[in-house]
Amino acid sequence: MDRFSVFSSRLVEKAEYFTSGHRACQGCAEALAVRLVMKALGRDTIVAMATGCMEIISSPLPTTAWKVPWIHVAFENSSAVVSGCEAGMKAMMRKGKLNQKKINFVAMGGDGSTADIGMGPLSGALERGHDMLYVCYDNEAYMNTGIQRSSATPFGASTTTSPAGKKSIGQQTQKKNLPQIAVAHDIPYVATACSSFPFDLMQKVKKASAISGPAYIHILSVCPTGWRIQPHDAIRYGRLAVDANVFPLYEVENGEYRLTYTPYKVLPVREYLKGQGRFRHLTDKEIELIQKNVENDYAKLLKKCGGQG
Amino acid sequence: MEKARKGIEVSIALAEAAAQADVDVVAAYPITPQTHIVEHLAELVAEGELDAEFVPVDSEHSAMSVCCGSAAVGARTFTSTSSQGLALMSEIFFIAAAMRLPMVMALANRSLSSPLSIWNDHTDTMMVRDAGWIHVFVENGQESYDHTLWAFRVAEDPQVMLPVAVNLDGFILTHMIEPIEYVDNQTVKNFLPEFKMKNALHPDNPVSMGCFGMPEIYTETQMAREEGIKNAYPTILKAWEEWGSLTGRYYHPIETYKTEDADYCIVTMGSYGETAMEVVDALRDEGEKVGVVRIRLWRPFPFDDFRKAVLGKQALIVLDRAISFGGPGGPVASELRSALYGMEGAPSIVNYVAGLAGRDVARDDFRKIILEGKNKAYAHDTDGFTLYGLRG
Repeated sequence: MDRFSVFSSRLVEKAEYFTSGHRACQGCAEALAVRLVMKALGRDTIVAMATGCMEIISSPLPTTAWKVPWIHVAFENSSAVVSGCEAGMKAMMRKGKLNQKKINFVAMGGDGSTADIGMGPLSGALERGHDMLYVCYDNEAYMNTGIQRSSATPFGASTTTSPAGKKSIGQQTQKKNLPQIAVAHDIPYVATACSSFPFDLMQKVKKASAISGPAYIHILSVCPTGWRIQPHDAIRYGRLAVDANVFPLYEVENGEYRLTYTPYKVLPVREYLKGQGRFRHLTDKEIELIQKNVENDYAKLLKKCGGQG
Repeated sequence: MEKARKGIEVSIALAEAAAQADVDVVAAYPITPQTHIVEHLAELVAEGELDAEFVPVDSEHSAMSVCCGSAAVGARTFTSTSSQGLALMSEIFFIAAAMRLPMVMALANRSLSSPLSIWNDHTDTMMVRDAGWIHVFVENGQESYDHTLWAFRVAEDPQVMLPVAVNLDGFILTHMIEPIEYVDNQTVKNFLPEFKMKNALHPDNPVSMGCFGMPEIYTETQMAREEGIKNAYPTILKAWEEWGSLTGRYYHPIETYKTEDADYCIVTMGSYGETAMEVVDALRDEGEKVGVVRIRLWRPFPFDDFRKAVLGKQALIVLDRAISFGGPGGPVASELRSALYGMEGAPSIVNYVAGLAGRDVARDDFRKIILEGKNKAYAHDTDGFTLYGLRG
């Protein structure tokens, strides 16, 4: 297995499997995440992707941005489709109908596909123990259809179906904790990542693809269009989310929690919220409430990590 | 060749046909109602008699999704469902055909809720009539067994590459014990070559499947589908022809019984064909010049075969097992009316809907339907449909 403690940009795979020329918005940190994930996975990979931004920007007929075998069937079922790919190849290799080969079976979906409509199929695939990786690209709303709220939209964010108004703060519910739901399936590997931390992200993907059994990686993917920020600020906001402990980077290997990044200086949540159009309506009191929630959640996570940090 | 018949539940025989086809993946979910088809396959896998991946999924929707993934990597894929299960998987059912993913489904036809019912009619399959699958209807256990093997052959043919649904009546066939003749494994091997999918998902030959279609290309993709399913027709015939030469059991898109000199015919689809033939025998003894037309191939619909089969008849009494609410009557009758529209000397069509949700249509009922239907036809009372046996 690779030594996962070595960080060097020179060791990064040169080849691109998710190629340029696709139709993502300027500054799309989700497309960057896909590109990094694919670099880490390499050529021997089959991707099943859910309907969503990444699917439509990468595959308008008759073009494709994919240099690996790629399949899209529908919105809610990428984990079931990849289960079928894995089961089919496993059977055919065992029966001698196909040559033996180690292949990464990877399902990908956005937060709407993962947290809402595809929750059942994802849970089923994790429970059945397929040798697969599920990657959730979380941009915290249904961006492809016009910025509607999902259950992964954070408290206080204004979206087109959770608009802030005189009588509403915007999203009134707390973000659904998908990594914890994945952990509850007792699978060998769960991690969070962010494309603003490319090496951390790629290491986690490599680790996930090396283990056998189901793995889940949840990637915070900044969406300038939906978050109402400047495209050139996408990477910066990813860093702010992590440095303010809004989106901590950690992994759970066989049930063992470990932080993979600890902010040198934890930033106030206000620094992260500031400048995002979706949060511009928040009052000081509301920001204070969000700050408290972030601190509580982080404390809970630290406890799981055995107080590390 | 093993010629002995054995008495066996139709579901079990059908499952054993799938096992003889050496399926690689079976994905299924036990939504009510269930048959023994997938249970038996799970048992064969558990006993080591079938080397396959049995994927017990979280929903019918996932069952069809797993089948899509499995077919996309070129694995031989089988599933089975009914009514609510089919309704839930229908989103992906359409996509499977659109993406040209060959697989076989045993579709145990049953009614749709509400009220909740687990019994037989054709409501479920009519819902997916236009999904782009090849649909065949069987009449008995032997045909169920034969058509399961036939379906793999047709689905996986490079000229076809489409999913195939073998429609068999729920309970009336699935839960019956019938005498069935198996073919030996060597015969199966000769009839059904190994599935070699040309553009299967594989890292050595990366392809993108299920791409996004802008308006400037969507229309063309749909025309390609239409041509694809129509072009399947010669392969369908050829597979039946070969099956016939191997087993002596020949099948045709439209099958007729005592129609040559008939003035009028009853038209059925599915297991009612057998009862219809018995009743027609009795009516013939009474001097009625009646025959039976049985529709075996429902999609692609064999327009020419059908027109040829009914040419010169005065009337057709079409027995439907589903209602198109607020529409022209039963789906089969409406299809046949459209098939005959404008044809010179076309027989008139009287439409009955009967046997919904397992209500028995016995021989006496057939007799009533045939004779009453004949009178209606001759009285030019051919509009709409009659819901047979409706209690006051």
